[in-house]
Amino acid sequence: MNFLIVFRVAFRALARNKMRSALTMLGVIIGVASVIAMVSIGQGAQASVQEQIASVGTNLLFVRAGSQNTGGVRSGTDQGGTNTLTVEDIEAIKREVPSVSMASPSVQSRSQIVFGNQNWNTQVQGVSEQYLEIRKWKMQTGAFFTEADVRTAARVAVIGQTIADNLFPGIDPVGQMIRVRELPFRVVGVLAARGQDQQGRDQDDLVMAPYTTVQKKLLAITYIQFANVSAISPEATKLAEQQISELLRQRHKLAPNQENDFSVRNMTDVADAADETNRIMTMLLGSIAGVSLLVGGIGIMNIMLVSVTERTREIGIRMAIGARSSIVQTQFLIESIVLSLAGGAIGIAVGVGISLFIPKMLGWPTLISPTAIFGSVVFSAAIGIIFGFFPARKAAGLDPIEALRYE
Amino acid sequence: MQVTSAIKEPNPVTAAAIPPSAQSVAKPIIEIDHLHKVYKTGDVEVHALRGVSLTIREGEFVAIMGTSGSGKSTMMNIIGCLDRPTRGKYTLDGHDVSELSKDQRADIRNLKIGFVFQGFNLLSRTSALENVELPMLYANIPTEERQKRAREALTAVGLAGREMNHPNQLSGGQQQRVAIARALVNRPTLILADEPTGNLDTRTSTEVMEIFQRLNREQGITIVLVTHEQDIAEYTKRVVVFRDGKIRRDYRIDEPRDAAEEMKQLPPPDEIDQEE
Repeated sequence: MNFLIVFRVAFRALARNKMRSALTMLGVIIGVASVIAMVSIGQGAQASVQEQIASVGTNLLFVRAGSQNTGGVRSGTDQGGTNTLTVEDIEAIKREVPSVSMASPSVQSRSQIVFGNQNWNTQVQGVSEQYLEIRKWKMQTGAFFTEADVRTAARVAVIGQTIADNLFPGIDPVGQMIRVRELPFRVVGVLAARGQDQQGRDQDDLVMAPYTTVQKKLLAITYIQFANVSAISPEATKLAEQQISELLRQRHKLAPNQENDFSVRNMTDVADAADETNRIMTMLLGSIAGVSLLVGGIGIMNIMLVSVTERTREIGIRMAIGARSSIVQTQFLIESIVLSLAGGAIGIAVGVGISLFIPKMLGWPTLISPTAIFGSVVFSAAIGIIFGFFPARKAAGLDPIEALRYE
Repeated sequence: MQVTSAIKEPNPVTAAAIPPSAQSVAKPIIEIDHLHKVYKTGDVEVHALRGVSLTIREGEFVAIMGTSGSGKSTMMNIIGCLDRPTRGKYTLDGHDVSELSKDQRADIRNLKIGFVFQGFNLLSRTSALENVELPMLYANIPTEERQKRAREALTAVGLAGREMNHPNQLSGGQQQRVAIARALVNRPTLILADEPTGNLDTRTSTEVMEIFQRLNREQGITIVLVTHEQDIAEYTKRVVVFRDGKIRRDYRIDEPRDAAEEMKQLPPPDEIDQEE
């Protein structure tokens, strides 16, 4: 009895019960399709976050006043409460750290801004003229303010798209005067729209002005809150981080046993954290879908067990006319493997279909994962073998005499 | 009828002392020697067979009779290699089968024995041809040969043209003929029929017996038929009666009923009934 014949016998048996075969496969189809769809949603999210981070620039570093690992004690000290970081620190970084190409001090203040009879509450960020290049942002109209504006603490502002839409409906904002805390600022440019960030925050709801202006005229402070630093290359960020730390510790005269009164973070760390979050999400989605695949497998076992009972007489006939137990076992095993593999194949088609459909319908990015497809095939074959084994053994263990007598 | 009276006064012979006849020179197909079968159900032991000895030779047509509980079904299961004796020796066509493994018995059933059952036991939703092919499938016979032999066997039982019909498209008699074709197709040394006419009316029973008689007469196929119907036993050439796990009587019928002759005297079959 060669394998091909057992295969045909199994196929014929399945074809004799098309409806039941189809329903049995449904469990695996849904399971495999959802694993593929879920994983592709998760991986799509991951890819889009990575893309966003890449667009921000992986050679970006943040220097922040206050310690990073606060242990709860110094929390909330970021927003201006810590005055250890100064413009001179940033100048020193630019001057003395060879792996740093650009740096921009930052201060920020939430303010009400007014234009005509419109007003809007937003974040006013004070930065240097290098900020645009450090962040790789682009201008929509107008120009960013210049080094001279920073030096002279000019009252000029660059606004985000949201501000432009809300304060200047139908008007070109460039050249208009807005008031920030009663001080007039001239709008010199509008930033290109950047949409929402990964947490869903509007990245276009901001006003940028020279940090000198914000420091002196809005906040009346001499220190800065944080700084955006650009390393010479993505590979240099680690080195830059280390060198900045050393420099600042030296400048702040910290003893070796003292904690940093600042923190340096690079975008790679931020990217890694976001990546990790998404990876966990993908795993979570995938394993929930995996449970449905498991349920589909149990469905196969269930049907195969029912099938063995229902076909007891058939098994008896086959054994009486000379089928060995091992042949009967193989037949039933092949039946369940065929069911699960065929279900798996259809499931892959459905899953890929859903993955292609979701971006169009819901606007979520998806990324079809060959690993998930391969994994589903392996998993559904395994399901066929594992969940088919018990019913097949049951069939093979039947006594032909009893089986023939079965009504 | 004369045959009937012959059965009503059987020779009181024992299994050990079969009267010599022309057949006794033929090769023995079944040799059973002091066979015992004990079933254990819980603490209770049931002696289904208590020392049975029986020899069936090539070309014989034997009816095994007995009431339920007489041991005839157990005997049939052992002869059919579906079951093993507890004690004693059973030789089928020269092979000692009492000690064979499960797989070896499956192979013996496949190649040496053709089964015909009361309930036909055909695979449903499967064509007559595929049903007949089934034993050859397990015997590894190539597709072409398989289909050729299956068609021949169906023609031999008068079902040419019905190859593609499924069992539910065939009458009881036709289904039983498919089963006979299936039993024949691996050219077994023995056909074992368990109440083959049990589910059939008189006319189709006669038809089926006609086929058995023809196969036995023309091809010399050894047939063992289990029945509890005296009428059916009268078509065979030898009757073995079981009672309480032992052979009670074993006698020959010198002039069996001739099914072919009787068919001629029966009214012509109602085609509509025949077709379903």
